Amino acid sequence: MSKYVYLTRKCEFSASHYYHNPEFSAAENRRIFGKCNNLNGHGHNYTLELTVKGSVDSQTGFVINLVDLKEILNREVLDVFDHRHLNKEVPEFAKQIPTSENIAISIWNRVEPKLKMLNAVIHRVRLYETPDLFVDFYGEA
Amino acid sequence: MKAYLNRRYLFSAAHRLHSDVFSESENRYLYGKCNNPYGHGHNYIVEVCVSGQVDPKTGMVCNLVDLDECVRAQVIERYDHMNLNLLPEFKNVVPTTENLCVEIYEILKREFQHAHLERVRIEETMMNSFEYAGGVEPRR
Repeated sequence: MSKYVYLTRKCEFSASHYYHNPEFSAAENRRIFGKCNNLNGHGHNYTLELTVKGSVDSQTGFVINLVDLKEILNREVLDVFDHRHLNKEVPEFAKQIPTSENIAISIWNRVEPKLKMLNAVIHRVRLYETPDLFVDFYGEA
Repeated sequence: MKAYLNRRYLFSAAHRLHSDVFSESENRYLYGKCNNPYGHGHNYIVEVCVSGQVDPKTGMVCNLVDLDECVRAQVIERYDHMNLNLLPEFKNVVPTTENLCVEIYEILKREFQHAHLERVRIEETMMNSFEYAGGVEPRR
């Protein structure tokens, strides 16, 4: 039986955003998105938990070298999201609402190809918007 | 009705990541700070998940006293305030937390008979954790 282990690394970033869909009227936007529709934006401290899975390498004892994982998180996530305005500074949110659901999918799309280059398999992106609210994304269903 | 029970335990231990199959410089490159010859330590948090039918008479999956006693005797006594590298199971296996997780799962699988062992999860630091469920995909 292969020794299949799941490894999770946590990191934090702070960013601002607002929710607004130009296809809705101003009243609809307010009704659907509530306080999040304030166009001056608001912010969160996000906590990201990235889980990769794989067999434990018999020579190193690792699923993935944590240094490589940290480097991917720094480059692909923190450099892009930390202390940024998501609607204005992250390209995929010019046309897409930066909900936690969409941010989790965006993080998956950013890190997945980089992990693949290291033969690591991504399992889950868990993103906390506040300590009481988080989303999980496991890739396309 | 099947339910899952999770319980957390804590122990502190030292380890050094080093493998004889690599040269000195390869070990330093691969394991970085963790290769320090004097070792270093962590407070490990072990989360044990067991499952089973809820007994209609007791309302329990298993008695927590039995789980606590088994984990204390078989895991905490074995690892708390020890140097992992000096234990027989890590004589030829690098004591990464991946390998420690597999080891603790195997111990509990063998020793704990009061409920089904689902998974062992270890937090090495606030930022890192590892899960092993016997080589199969755990529940989401």
